[in-house]
Amino acid sequence: MEALYHVAPYIGYVYPNETVIPWTVLIVVYPYLTGLVAGAFTVSSLYQVFGMQRFKPVAHLALLTSLCCMLIVPVPLLLHLGHPERAFNAMITPHTSSAFAIFGFAAAFYAILLMLENWFVFRPYIVEQAQRRKGSLGLLYRALSLGSHDLSETAMRYDRKWIFALAVIGIPAAHGLHGYVGFVFGSLKSREWWSSDLMPPIFLFSAIISGTALLIVLYLVSCTLRRKSVDLPCLKGMAYTLWGFMMFTLVLEGVEFASLIYRGREGIDMIMEYVRGPLALPFFALQLGIGSVLPIVLLTFMLWRGTTGNALIGGVATCGLLVLLAVLLMRWNVVIGGQEIAKTGKGLLSYRLHFLGKEGGLVAACVLAAPMVLLFVMTRLFPPWNDEATAA
Amino acid sequence: MSDDDEQAKHQGERRNFLRIFGAAVGCSGMAIAAGAGLGEAAAADAPAPKPDIPGYDWTRHRWAFGVDATKCIGCLRCVEACKIENNVPSDAHHFRTWVERYVTLEGEEKARIDSQADPVNIEASGSEGAYRFANRYKDAKVEKAFFVPKLCNHCTHPACVQVCPTGATYKTLDGVVVIDHKYCIGCQYCVQACPYGARYFNEEKGVTDKCTWCYHRITKGLQPACVEVCPVSARIFGDLNDKQSPVSQFIRNNRVSVLRPESGNAPNVFYVGLDKEVI
Repeated sequence: MEALYHVAPYIGYVYPNETVIPWTVLIVVYPYLTGLVAGAFTVSSLYQVFGMQRFKPVAHLALLTSLCCMLIVPVPLLLHLGHPERAFNAMITPHTSSAFAIFGFAAAFYAILLMLENWFVFRPYIVEQAQRRKGSLGLLYRALSLGSHDLSETAMRYDRKWIFALAVIGIPAAHGLHGYVGFVFGSLKSREWWSSDLMPPIFLFSAIISGTALLIVLYLVSCTLRRKSVDLPCLKGMAYTLWGFMMFTLVLEGVEFASLIYRGREGIDMIMEYVRGPLALPFFALQLGIGSVLPIVLLTFMLWRGTTGNALIGGVATCGLLVLLAVLLMRWNVVIGGQEIAKTGKGLLSYRLHFLGKEGGLVAACVLAAPMVLLFVMTRLFPPWNDEATAA
Repeated sequence: MSDDDEQAKHQGERRNFLRIFGAAVGCSGMAIAAGAGLGEAAAADAPAPKPDIPGYDWTRHRWAFGVDATKCIGCLRCVEACKIENNVPSDAHHFRTWVERYVTLEGEEKARIDSQADPVNIEASGSEGAYRFANRYKDAKVEKAFFVPKLCNHCTHPACVQVCPTGATYKTLDGVVVIDHKYCIGCQYCVQACPYGARYFNEEKGVTDKCTWCYHRITKGLQPACVEVCPVSARIFGDLNDKQSPVSQFIRNNRVSVLRPESGNAPNVFYVGLDKEVI
C-alpha cells in the first residue's frame, strides 16, 4: 500500500510542516504541458496570423498538438488535488483574489478557442469524410460537421476569417495563460526562489521554445513515419524561431538569477549552498549547459554556415530534443527547487521522486506521454499533413 | 523563386510578425492587469459567511494571541494538547503548533535550531507520537538558549486566504483564519503561500489544515487548548476589544514584535523575547 506521505530528508533547520513537500512531480508536468500548448500555438500562429508561408507544413500539426496538450493539462492538477471531485468549486465560487481561481476560466476559454479553431481548420476534411464514410466513423464525422456541409468558396472565405480571428485572439490567450502560470509561482512572496517579477516572462518564453522544439521533433518523426521528405525551409524557419526565443529565455533567466544573487536578501546563504550543491547538476550542467548553451551554439553554427540537408535535419532534431529536456528541467528546478529551499532560509530539503504511487514518476511519465498518444489518434482522424488536408 | 525574392518575402514576414506580435503582447498584458484589478474589487465586496454558533456574535470580538518566549520551558504540553484537541495526525511532520529551540554554543556565531521533526528529538521521544526535546546539549557549553512556540499568525492580510482558489479558507470577522474542510479542494496553494510554515496537508482527509486558535473553544468562552495547558503562561489569548483581557494587557505592558513583519501579512501573534535569529 502506498504511504500516505513521504518525508523529505533535510539539513539545517526547516519548519516541521515543511518536511512533507506539497507540490510533487505532477506540478512539474502541469506547467510543462501548458507551455507546450502555448509554444505549439505560437508556431501555428506564425502561419495563420503572420502569414509566414514556410510554416504551412506544420501549421495544422501545431494546432492539433496544442489542442492535444491542452486537453491533458487538467489531468496532473486533478491527480494532485486532495479532492478532485471538488475541483469545480474553483469555478462555481471562484475566489477572485486567487491567482489560481481564474486559471480555470482562462484555460476553459482557451480550450474552447482551440477546439473552435481546429474545427474550422479541419472542417473541409470533416465534411468530405462525413459525405464519403459509412459506419461509426461516418457517424462521428457527420456529428463533427455539425450539419454544415457547405464547402463553397463563400463558406471557405468565411471560415478563413474565423480562423484568422480565432488565431489572433489565441495569441494573447495562449501566452496570457502561460504567463499566468508563471504568475502563480512568481507572486508567492513566501519563497525567495519563486518570488520574482520575471517569472511570468521566463515561463512564457521557455514555453514558446518548448512548443517549437516539440513541433520540430514531431514534424521530423511524422516525416520519417510517413516516408515524406522534410520541408527544409520550414525546418529552418522553426530553427530560427527556436534560436530567437532561446536568446530571450536565456537572457531573462540570467537576469532573474543574477538579481536574486545580487539582491542577496535573507536566506541567500542557503540559496547559494543550494545552487552550488544539489542544483549544480540539474541546473548548470543539464538545463543551462547541455539543454541551452549547446543547442544555441549548434543552431548558431548551422544557421551561420548555411547547413542544409541531413546535417540540418539531424542538428535541428538534436537541438529540439535538448530544448525539450532543458525546459522540463527548468520546470523541475523551479517547482521542486523552490520547495527544496526551506522557507526558514536556514535549511535545505531533498525531494525524492518515487516511481510508483499517485504522484510518482510512472504516473508523471504517463501524463507526459498522454498528449502524444492522443495526438497519434487525432492525426488518424484529422490528418494535419499539408499534402493531404484541404488547405485552409 | 530567386534568393533575393525569398529574402524580401521573409523580411516582409518578419515585419508583419513583429507588428502583430507587439499588439498581441500588449493585449495580453492589459487583459491580465484588468483581471487582477477586477479580482481585488470583487474580493473586497464578498459577503462574509456567518457562523452557526448559538449565543456567539462574531462582530463583538477581535481575537489575538501573545507568546512570551522568555517563559517557555519547552515542555511541549501545548503540542500534545493541540494534537489531541484538534485531531492532528500524531507524527512529527504535521503540526498546528510546535516549539523551536534556539541554542548558541560558546564560540559559535549562529544559533542551532531544532524542533519536533528533528530525528534526534524523535528518537528521544520514543516515537513520532510523543514530543520531547532531546537533552543533546548537556555536555556542550551553552552561551544562550531559549524556546519559541509557533502557530498560525492569523494575519490581518493572510497570504493563504489570498491564494485559495475556492474561498475555502477565509478570515472570520473576529479575526481568525479558518478552513472549510468540506469545501477545500486540497490544492495546497495556501501551504505554499504561508511564509511561516503554519499549514500542513492532511493526507488522510485530502484537505489543508492549520491552527484555528481552537475556534470551537474560544467561541464558547474557553481558552485555546495550548493556552489552557501551558504551565508557565507563556501563551496568552484574548479579545483585543476588551482592554482588560490578558492579551490586551500583554500587548500594552510589553514591547511586542511579530514574525516576518516585512511579509506584509500583518500577523496577530505578538511575541516577547524574540532574538535576531528567530524566523
